[in-house]
Amino acid sequence: MNMEISRRGFLAGAGAGLAGTTLGAFGFGDVEAAHAAAIRPFKLANTAETRNTCTYCSVACGIILYSKGDLKKGEKAEIIHVEGDTDHPTNRGTLCPKGAALLDIVRAKTRTLYPQVRKPGSDKFERVSWDAALDRIARLMKDDRDKNFIAKNNDGATVNRWVSTGFLAASATTNETAWATYKVVRSAGMLVFDNQARV
Amino acid sequence: MTNSWTDIKNTDLVVVMGGNAAEAHPCGFKWVTEAKANRGAKLIVVDPRFTRTASVADYYAPIRQGTDIAFLLGVINHCIRNDKIQWAYTKAFTNAAYVVKEGFGWQDGLFTGYDEEKRDYNRSTWDYEIGPDGYAVVDETLQHPRCVWNLLKQHVAIYTPEMVERICGTPKDKFLKVAEMISECSSPTKTMTSMYALGWTQHSKGSQNIRAMAMLQLILGNIGVRGGGMNALRGHSNIQGLTDIGLMSNLIPGYLTIPTEREPTFDVYMSTRGFKPLRPDQMSYWQNYRKFFVSFLKSMWGDAATPENAFAYDWLPKLDVPAYDVLRAFELMHQGKMNGYFCQGFNPLLSFPNRKKITAALSKLKFLVVMDPLQTETARFWENHGANNDVNPASIQTEVIELPTTCFAEDEGSLVNSGRWLQWHWAGGTPPGEAKHDAWIMAQIHLRLKELYRKEGGPVPEPIVNLDWRYADPNEPTPEELAKELNGSAVVDITDPNDPTKVVVAKGKQLVSFAALRDDGKTACGCWIYSGCFTEAGNQMARRDNSDPDDTGAFGKWSWSWPVNRRILYNRASADVSGKPWDPSRKLLEWDGTKWTGYDVPDIAPNAKPDVVMPFIMNPEGVSRLFTRAMMRDGPFPSHYEPFESPVANVVAPKVRGNPVARVFRNDFEQFGDAKEFPYAATSYRLTEHFHFWTKHAHANAVLQPEFFVEISEELAKEKGIKKGGMVRVWSKRGSVTAKAVVTKRIKPLICDGKTVHIVGIPLHWGFIGEAKKGFGPNSLTPYVGDANIETPEYKAFLVDIEPIAGPVA
Repeated sequence: MNMEISRRGFLAGAGAGLAGTTLGAFGFGDVEAAHAAAIRPFKLANTAETRNTCTYCSVACGIILYSKGDLKKGEKAEIIHVEGDTDHPTNRGTLCPKGAALLDIVRAKTRTLYPQVRKPGSDKFERVSWDAALDRIARLMKDDRDKNFIAKNNDGATVNRWVSTGFLAASATTNETAWATYKVVRSAGMLVFDNQARV
Repeated sequence: MTNSWTDIKNTDLVVVMGGNAAEAHPCGFKWVTEAKANRGAKLIVVDPRFTRTASVADYYAPIRQGTDIAFLLGVINHCIRNDKIQWAYTKAFTNAAYVVKEGFGWQDGLFTGYDEEKRDYNRSTWDYEIGPDGYAVVDETLQHPRCVWNLLKQHVAIYTPEMVERICGTPKDKFLKVAEMISECSSPTKTMTSMYALGWTQHSKGSQNIRAMAMLQLILGNIGVRGGGMNALRGHSNIQGLTDIGLMSNLIPGYLTIPTEREPTFDVYMSTRGFKPLRPDQMSYWQNYRKFFVSFLKSMWGDAATPENAFAYDWLPKLDVPAYDVLRAFELMHQGKMNGYFCQGFNPLLSFPNRKKITAALSKLKFLVVMDPLQTETARFWENHGANNDVNPASIQTEVIELPTTCFAEDEGSLVNSGRWLQWHWAGGTPPGEAKHDAWIMAQIHLRLKELYRKEGGPVPEPIVNLDWRYADPNEPTPEELAKELNGSAVVDITDPNDPTKVVVAKGKQLVSFAALRDDGKTACGCWIYSGCFTEAGNQMARRDNSDPDDTGAFGKWSWSWPVNRRILYNRASADVSGKPWDPSRKLLEWDGTKWTGYDVPDIAPNAKPDVVMPFIMNPEGVSRLFTRAMMRDGPFPSHYEPFESPVANVVAPKVRGNPVARVFRNDFEQFGDAKEFPYAATSYRLTEHFHFWTKHAHANAVLQPEFFVEISEELAKEKGIKKGGMVRVWSKRGSVTAKAVVTKRIKPLICDGKTVHIVGIPLHWGFIGEAKKGFGPNSLTPYVGDANIETPEYKAFLVDIEPIAGPVA
């Protein structure tokens, strides 16, 4: 199922085709089409294009990620360029000083690359495997929950809460991640649960 | 937002107050430019700083931070006194005519029922008089002395232009100019939009700031119309979504609430959620609460949630306090009462107030887990970075586990923009190193925990081992699987109530909308307001048809907006009581004699008669509220309160410090400073080149704005002997920072009640990791107190002192 209208098809549909679009709505249909045709040769060739949304503010500008290699074909894909999506009704291809530099955050030198553990009192992180990190987390959670879970309050009412461990959720993850997170956190009985909405 | 970014082009007047869209939301702000260029719309900016938004405004008025309520109630007072009210709208669509119970009042800055000991109100008088017919009493003539309109008139009467000048420091002539421009929008054919952000929320009375503007918008008839609305610009890319899905202490997806321990059973919980209409024939849509709630429980626990066990109601945790918000969480941590904490894409060491307290709190944890695409200061709170993080690692016993996650470019799924559009995006790059999707990580944690409980047993394992986790690969639920769960599906064949042989929705099929939800366990739905986002017709959030018939700005086929793809909330209010659009040139909906038709999905039953069913269908009144009854802790009307740290006393209530019901933990009270010791009014803000604490990791942004600075007026610089580009020390009762001084004409001293108030601006983008120079943020200085209703910390108004120190001069 793909409801996408391709940008190329969209820009190619000059004249009458364009009149019904947002660009056409400006009343500059022909000019826009001519402009699109003129810049086409300067567009990146031999890259895969993926539609995405700027990760920063909630204007949620449409962006296009250009990569060497195509993730959809199962290839390793390295993002080499990011630009505004001209089809997007809100930003119409423009980006702000933050969005225009998105490539630098994707490829930041300070991306976290491996699970790491800092032991009590230590002055450094040490690399560990995913399994070791996750097993350790589950152990710490279980031990704390087993010790501090409150099944009933003093009045004998069932309350099933665990408040000695908390979870601070993100603010730029997807709804789908949010839902998976919600299920896992709530099913454990956690109430110390919040997100960035307040700050 | 009630409206959307693209709808702003339809407005006549933009009021930016409590925000700075030109710098913080530049590509959204273009719609203000469109409205100015194409419609001749005007832009008003009210802000302590002459921001870049102000620089393109038609009119700018300065205001002291933390005094917005006095200003806005002043504007309401101006409208009432000059009869600039959209009367037909106000009378029909607000509770202006509702009669309030006897005994309600306001005196010396406090509403009826204040208990100083508890710092709380007994709110029993804050409600309507109920008549013998069981409905609220109304007086449509607005003559009753206790009708909402007369109480409002009386409440705002003290906020004269002179009073506004005394409190806000806004010169009277400037205030009057703004009030006059706004009051013109009382015409049914003129609309105004309010664009606000954290400049309104980050106060100890933030919720009431927003209410004050909402009330103004209602009496001007600007809610539910094109080019109108209350438009929260919002911060992070999915902060709307995370809130919709209820990732907060006291929420269940779709703005349902987690039970408290006073609601030990399903029936007790439901007993206060009947939402009986307060007037005849009103929809009071929350009457469907049970359907939303049961369907949510089914989406959590699937077949294990049965009518016999009240759909696993017992497995939901029950609250003993109103909420474990972040301030409470770190207070408990600071007291040594918490052992573990997870930070998923969040950096509290720089985000939460009173950093010294945050560091001390994190140091008392047994374990901290950080999931983030970037190395955060929080993950390294134990690492010594000299003056920028002056800690001794050996003395900190917290075990820290840092997990690398993917970033937006490597992940697929939906994000909700400020205008409630759920937009799907696709992954374009391979994750670096061993970075993993958050959903994979959460699945791994859940599966391991479940396994441990299966093997070892332990207290109440049922909610964990029975969590519905029927994904094709339990190790990594796909975005599509999760989105389908949010939308909801039929658990069994659902038949037509009039013809049991006819199957309306077959077992396992996606629901078309929340109208199909059931309260008997036959449907499951993770988030009722998202129902319709992923139907049998496919992923509606991935729609990319950018057509916009008649250029209304709705873009109804682009992505999908909640609820039911509605683009403007309360849109039935765009037409008068007979169903005709207030402004035919800005038609949104219209009653054709039998049904509602138009450019948007009607926010009312399609056949609801216009003179019978009122537009605010979520309220049991059917109308909007100028008087909020007992629904907010600090008053049914907004009232002016100073920030907890204020350069001046409260002129209208000298004895009241801060918001009288804001929660303050005991030790934090002792850490509030006063104006004698800390004479300058500080505020925090963002820069257009940076996004919070992320872009200091991005080379280009670090180059554009490399270094922490504070911004002060030429007058203050002169008074304190501070040079342009010279180094300064800024300190509050809670901490101290050093910064470069930017001496500017953008900030000017204000005169408040005869006293000169200097403002110190403190941007928030620096820390000790990334490509920018190491620096500090305002949270080293800010007080530990939140809004009385939702606990948003008071970052926008606090007190500091400042002095020049030795250092390089640029």
